[in-house]
Amino acid sequence: MKFIDEYRDASLIGKIAQNIQTSTRSDYTFMEVCGGHTMAIHRFGLRDLLPGNIHLLSGPGCPVCVTARNFIDKAVAIAQMENTILATFGDLIRVPGSHSTLERERSKGRQIKTVFSPLDAVEMAHQNPDKTIVFLGIGFETTAPGTAIAIKMANRKNLGNFMALSAHKLMKPAMQALIHKGIKIDGYLCPGHVSTITGSAMYSDFPEKYGVACVISGFEPVDMLQSIKMMVDQLEKKQPAVEIQYSRAVKPNGNEKALEALDEVFEPTDTEWRGFGVLPKSGLKIRQAYSIHDAENRLSIPEIKSLEDKACICGEILKGLKTPIDCNLFGTACTPENPVGACMVSSEGACAALYKYQK
Amino acid sequence: MKKAVETIQLNHGSGGKLMHELIDKLFLGYLGKVAENKGDSAVLNLPAAQLAFTTDSYVVDPIFFPGGNIGKLAVCGTVNDLAVAGAKPLWLSAGFIIEEGFPMSDLEDIVKSMAEEAKAAGVIIVTGDTKVVEKGKADKLFINTAGIGNLRDGNTDISTGKRIKPGDVVIINGTVGDHSIAVLGARQSYGFSTALHSDCASLNGLIIQVLNQEDIHFMRDATRGGLATVLCEMSREQNIGIEIKENDIPVKEEVKGICELLGFDPLYLANEGKVVLVVDKDAAPVIVKELQKHPLGKESRIIGEITKDHQGDVVLNTSIGGRRLIKMLSGEQLPRIC
Repeated sequence: MKFIDEYRDASLIGKIAQNIQTSTRSDYTFMEVCGGHTMAIHRFGLRDLLPGNIHLLSGPGCPVCVTARNFIDKAVAIAQMENTILATFGDLIRVPGSHSTLERERSKGRQIKTVFSPLDAVEMAHQNPDKTIVFLGIGFETTAPGTAIAIKMANRKNLGNFMALSAHKLMKPAMQALIHKGIKIDGYLCPGHVSTITGSAMYSDFPEKYGVACVISGFEPVDMLQSIKMMVDQLEKKQPAVEIQYSRAVKPNGNEKALEALDEVFEPTDTEWRGFGVLPKSGLKIRQAYSIHDAENRLSIPEIKSLEDKACICGEILKGLKTPIDCNLFGTACTPENPVGACMVSSEGACAALYKYQK
Repeated sequence: MKKAVETIQLNHGSGGKLMHELIDKLFLGYLGKVAENKGDSAVLNLPAAQLAFTTDSYVVDPIFFPGGNIGKLAVCGTVNDLAVAGAKPLWLSAGFIIEEGFPMSDLEDIVKSMAEEAKAAGVIIVTGDTKVVEKGKADKLFINTAGIGNLRDGNTDISTGKRIKPGDVVIINGTVGDHSIAVLGARQSYGFSTALHSDCASLNGLIIQVLNQEDIHFMRDATRGGLATVLCEMSREQNIGIEIKENDIPVKEEVKGICELLGFDPLYLANEGKVVLVVDKDAAPVIVKELQKHPLGKESRIIGEITKDHQGDVVLNTSIGGRRLIKMLSGEQLPRIC
């Protein structure tokens, strides 16, 4: 397939892998903070191509996985409201809340619809003027502009019955929190899609303040190996920097239109991350001007005390402190068919990826 | 006044006059010569001591898709289940559950293609049933077909997998994933259209052509759950290892592209005209050539082999030289694909 095959060329991949092998002189730990990268590593068997002194660690890059259990509990409460349709990306359907899942609620006859775009939910609001449509906004800077555009469109069309429940998050505070917690990370394989929106400047603290290499990577094997090689080179030369490997999609300034829409609709707020607790200014809250579309503001969602499963170590896995195989539940009590933690639910979760592709 | 579109009414399933009209005009009209007996049971003369018997229900959404419809699928799906067991498909039953208000002309088109497919596959629909349910209690139309086939001597072990042995090779008769992507494209909600056609076809002709001349150790059609699921079932049931080469698995460019966009793995996509065969390594080249002579087997090829190593596991050698496991699908990749 044109534009894909070039990035999966086995002989080129062999050459880059060989290059990495010869130029790596120390032990390095690289963390990917994008679920797409996590999946690609497993899907293509990339670890087989890397020398033993390069360790790959999965970070908090899967939007579903970092979403606090309380958000699912709120979504379940909304789904139980009269005359309400909950619109959500498919990944969230099976994530366990404290007492239920959206899948279980749907089987009880609650109106829960899977959408591919928040704009589908706006259309739903247009088609069902007598119903409240609540879109579950999750994800980082990649998906948040979509929600912002949907809110703006609903506002323009006077669709007061369209609302969003935002659990949107910003990437950088989590990356920073990991460094502050003292986790050994020599390089960040920076998220390709988040960076198409944000651009590259937001990562500059990492090399400058912490000496961490940063390369914004694409998602194909050639992309990822090349990015790893770039990080190795930066570290071997002791010149950590921010570089863009995924230059066919990422510009230094990002996507200015999307950033504008984000800023118009959302403002940063303190928010809870699974495994991290509350991180300051790490979430996106709908601004006052658009509060008519803010489900938190419009609906009386009951206070819910959320319960975590004590044996589940998703939080530790998201911080890179543990790996799925350290978890007693992995593959036994917790499987994709019967997930305990979010990392096993989302196709981009570290546990699901390992479970699906492990050798 | 404009003539109203004729639709299915609850009365069409009531057992009364309207139902008999439907059966006489539509079902017997098309399936007529083959389903003349209107009694409660078809009376059959057994051709052999050993028979293969199977049943399957069809709920595909949408009911019309490029390359077929629910009726054609209901015939070839059941024909294929018999054929891969090494049986010669003979008779089918057909049960219809129809939603009130279903357009009569659509039903006619569907029954017509069932008749055509049955004729092409050389099977007879010998008995049937019709139920009509209230609007909203079923989604348009569901069909169940059951089938009986004549199992010839020497073929009785084909469906069990007992004869698979290390060193055997795995063959598939063409590209994977076409059916799933064609059906998805026909669903409005996915927002893409494609020129792809479902591979929906009766495979008994192809299979018999090979079976008459060569020894097949195992066959299974790769329907729901796709090629990956058949391989996982084989390795698990027989406790054998399987090595597959990603580069050797035929996948159409369009299918690859849509999979990349939507995050699907073509190995897990449903097919309705693909059979996985396991054969002796030495016989494989001849068998592939024989398969390629048939229109439904032109792109047949060897995709992997049975190993002594990693028993119970299917290992994929990725296109870039890595290795990974292929596992049973967990959860639903795509609902109502067949």
